[in-house]
Amino acid sequence: MATAQPATLVLRHRLAERGIDRVLLLLIPAVLVLLALFLYPMLYGVGLSLQPRAGGGMLANYQAFFLDSYQSGTIWKTMRLALPAALINVGAAVPIAYRLRGRFRGRRLLTAILVLPVTLGTVLVADGLLRYLGPKGWFNRVLLDLGIVDEPVRLIYNYWGVLFSLLITGFPFAFLLVLSYMSGIDPTLERAAATLGAGPWQRVRHITLPLLAPGLATTFILAFVLAFSVFPSANLVGEPANETRVMAIAAYQAAFEKYDYSMAATIAVLMGVFELLVIALVLLWRGRFYTGTTGGKGS
Amino acid sequence: MTHEAVLPGRPNGGFQALRMDGVSRRFGSTTALDRLDLTIEGGEFLALLGPSGCGKSTALNCLAGLLPLTGGSIWLDDERIDGLPPEKRGFGMVFQNYALFPHLTVRKNVGFGLAIRGVPKPEMTQRVDEALALVELADQAHKLPGQLSGGQQQRVAIARAVVIRPRLVLMDEPLSNLDAKLRLQMRTEIRRLHQSLGLTTVYVTHDQEEALALADRIVVLRGGLVEQIGTPEQVYTYPLNTYVAGFMGYRNLLELPVAAHEGDEVVLAEPGLRLTGRAQERFTGTSAVAAIRPDDFTVGPRQSNTVRVSVEVAEFHGREMAVEGITESGRVIHFRVSDRVRPGEKVELGVPPDRVLVFGSGVPDGLT
Repeated sequence: MATAQPATLVLRHRLAERGIDRVLLLLIPAVLVLLALFLYPMLYGVGLSLQPRAGGGMLANYQAFFLDSYQSGTIWKTMRLALPAALINVGAAVPIAYRLRGRFRGRRLLTAILVLPVTLGTVLVADGLLRYLGPKGWFNRVLLDLGIVDEPVRLIYNYWGVLFSLLITGFPFAFLLVLSYMSGIDPTLERAAATLGAGPWQRVRHITLPLLAPGLATTFILAFVLAFSVFPSANLVGEPANETRVMAIAAYQAAFEKYDYSMAATIAVLMGVFELLVIALVLLWRGRFYTGTTGGKGS
Repeated sequence: MTHEAVLPGRPNGGFQALRMDGVSRRFGSTTALDRLDLTIEGGEFLALLGPSGCGKSTALNCLAGLLPLTGGSIWLDDERIDGLPPEKRGFGMVFQNYALFPHLTVRKNVGFGLAIRGVPKPEMTQRVDEALALVELADQAHKLPGQLSGGQQQRVAIARAVVIRPRLVLMDEPLSNLDAKLRLQMRTEIRRLHQSLGLTTVYVTHDQEEALALADRIVVLRGGLVEQIGTPEQVYTYPLNTYVAGFMGYRNLLELPVAAHEGDEVVLAEPGLRLTGRAQERFTGTSAVAAIRPDDFTVGPRQSNTVRVSVEVAEFHGREMAVEGITESGRVIHFRVSDRVRPGEKVELGVPPDRVLVFGSGVPDGLT
């Protein structure tokens, strides 16, 4: 006969088998922070959006937003910036990361140079863009001197200025992520494909890209979210009254120009909804790919 | 593309001979491969043998086209191929880590080379089926490589390399990631495949047993240079120097004073041991190296060859014991006996004179 164990001990072993033990207490600080600084404000915002200043039912703000084309137009204006910016950043990162994968001299230096624009922040980048792309900036002067254009090309205070700014601040981020995904793919796989008769393009198409696709999807999502909440550059190098009146600007105006916090919260919630929509679509596409190990060592 | 199937008894229609002509490869200031001259005959199984860093993998990658040469040329009959990229050479390769495409099923992995070549679907299905049957994996065709065991992955890699009917199959230590039991099993499998398909094979390994068991001819490399080329019997029985001897299991490489030297008969002696052996090369000098395999020793003196040792370590190996003994003068001797011996026991050993290979050169570093 087995010696009888105290009931509490038996219970503790049972719980431990299911992963419940005292180590779980370590999660408490994180859970508290999450509740206090993320979950509560977010739910508060959602609640606020459902209490319109002018009354008219819980969904009145949402109704007003979609009925007013000046407001609902911001959705398209934001998408028109964030989607191409994320696509271009990820797309441009792939060939460069492909060339630079693996170990090479100066990798650290390159990484440092690339991280720089991220740390400089959007305001400084916007300032630089204003000078460089402005009517009297180098870019236009070169074009004029070469006789390519007759009058300065307008590249600031409109859509293009904001897009350039998003590309400059977003690319390093996308590149570093793609590079790390790329380094995670075992280079022997391409060598194997070569011995089986696959040329350089076939190797990329059949081996590297399919293995990279899930990583590209993740990178795209992060780059998209980053670009979607564009605010400083849309104000500084864009045309915040019209062409680049993105959702963040609409929310800002509602909150701090009209003091309609409820409407501002509504716009913020809708920003989240549309971001989640795009993310869901991308994840759906990602699900079609193999997402297991790719044999490499990562970086 | 002919409609010839991957079937046993397929004659090798690839080529007469593949010739490496002074092939060199340098990495910066180090020479990984130094003017390698080698002819591989059609249908042959050739093993490149040596420790890591001897240049064997470099040679294989140069053959495959994965590494450009820094000197020399490679000829396939009359065609110079060292300028061709790997995809134009039509060689199959099996990698050490298998390099299976993780996102493709076993069937698609094996069919990859055929799909790239644009082989029509019905023929492709048939050839992939045959190749999978050949490596006994027909029932695993729908799985992803990650769901297979190491041995199964290895077989997929082999099927993938041979299904394209390569003119030459290159294998880069294909068994080194498998456990001992599976390694033996796969070794037999590879030999069987070679015999049934008649594919010309170049096999890189650091394991002399593997090379001896598989190859028709063995090339022993060291530091990018060829030390010996010969059949397994030749290399095993008559290594050309102490380096090859050490690699071929001549664990006893004893540098001893020469007592007498007449013709090719050399007598080496020191307190506690006296050995008559056969000189394998011309040499003059007062000392020489005797190379003896552990299993050539017998208990009891033999034709004036005596080695008296006291047993230090005895390992039980089933039918016999692997013993490490020490002579009066402190020399370590490895031998095998069928009787049980215990540490501290005194044993008198003999060895036939024609199994004592005497070399004039010294014992190479790292092999004692």
